[in-house]
Amino acid sequence: MDEIFDRVKALIVDHLDVEQEKVTMEASFKDDLEADSLDVVELIMELEDEFDMEIADEEAEKLSTVGDAVDYINSVQ
Amino acid sequence: MSGLLQGKNIIIMGVANERSIAWGITKSLHNAGANLIFTNRQERSYNKLTKLLAANEIEPKLIVSCDVASDDSIAKAFGEIKEKVGVVHGLIHSVAFANKEELKGEYADTSRDGFLLAQEISAYSLVAITKAAKEVMTEGGSIVTQTYLGAERVIKNYNVMGVAKASLEASVRYLAEDVGKYGIRVNAVSAGPIRTLSAKGVSGFNEKASVIEEIAPLRRNVDQDQVGDATLFFMSELSRGVTGEVLHVDSGFHIIGG
Repeated sequence: MDEIFDRVKALIVDHLDVEQEKVTMEASFKDDLEADSLDVVELIMELEDEFDMEIADEEAEKLSTVGDAVDYINSVQ
Repeated sequence: MSGLLQGKNIIIMGVANERSIAWGITKSLHNAGANLIFTNRQERSYNKLTKLLAANEIEPKLIVSCDVASDDSIAKAFGEIKEKVGVVHGLIHSVAFANKEELKGEYADTSRDGFLLAQEISAYSLVAITKAAKEVMTEGGSIVTQTYLGAERVIKNYNVMGVAKASLEASVRYLAEDVGKYGIRVNAVSAGPIRTLSAKGVSGFNEKASVIEEIAPLRRNVDQDQVGDATLFFMSELSRGVTGEVLHVDSGFHIIGG
């Protein structure tokens, strides 16, 4: 779980250009990390590559916080 | 193919990240010796672009900010290009936008604003950019844009963007006639589905790509590098007799009837 969080966090810091400290499990992509809709799509693609998986559109739409993403990856891995 | 574009100044619009079709084009044109001028819309994309260029050891001739939704921004960008670069020989238009909510479900549900937005950013932008580019293409030139099969046939979920691409393809023909007398050619590449940021915005992308692998004559997916090399042809003198054309770079998928 921690390992997945660290990998997700590294991707977010790199792609959204945000401070490490801002990336918490509770952080919302749109509100706390200032990601626009394109940033979110880009992040989903990065997650698909990093974890070698496909995230269906319906699932992707449900991921609004960092924790949502970590939990989802955890549930399918 | 090195040297095919030696000494040519080419503007590339639409590099969002390393998956962008415009990035595949960047690599092909760079390898052929072109001097590249990039436009970007936001600060974040500027940072991404400079990082990407540095990592690939590509030295841009110039990077200018350009928002295709604004005539002022276009005028400013091309003014700066004229001042700092002078003559331009080629332009890559790889820009489009539609609301994500309108890239799924029924086309009949498209909103008036969403329809106009898709047309403005995805089709009218080529018209405005061609007008501006004409002024700096004093030695003739080549303009290439990106389209998709959804302009010609119904592709599930592509909806408002399919209609915008149809408008874009028709614009390619009308613009080709306009600027042909100045020695400027205008063409489009219709690529098969490539896993880009824009493509992922269309509902159900993953299935579209797998269809190409199964039934296209070449039985393999299309990538950014294939589009890059096709664009290199359009940018070079090799294609000097071609204008107003839509070239399918799609493993042959468009010839399949069922």
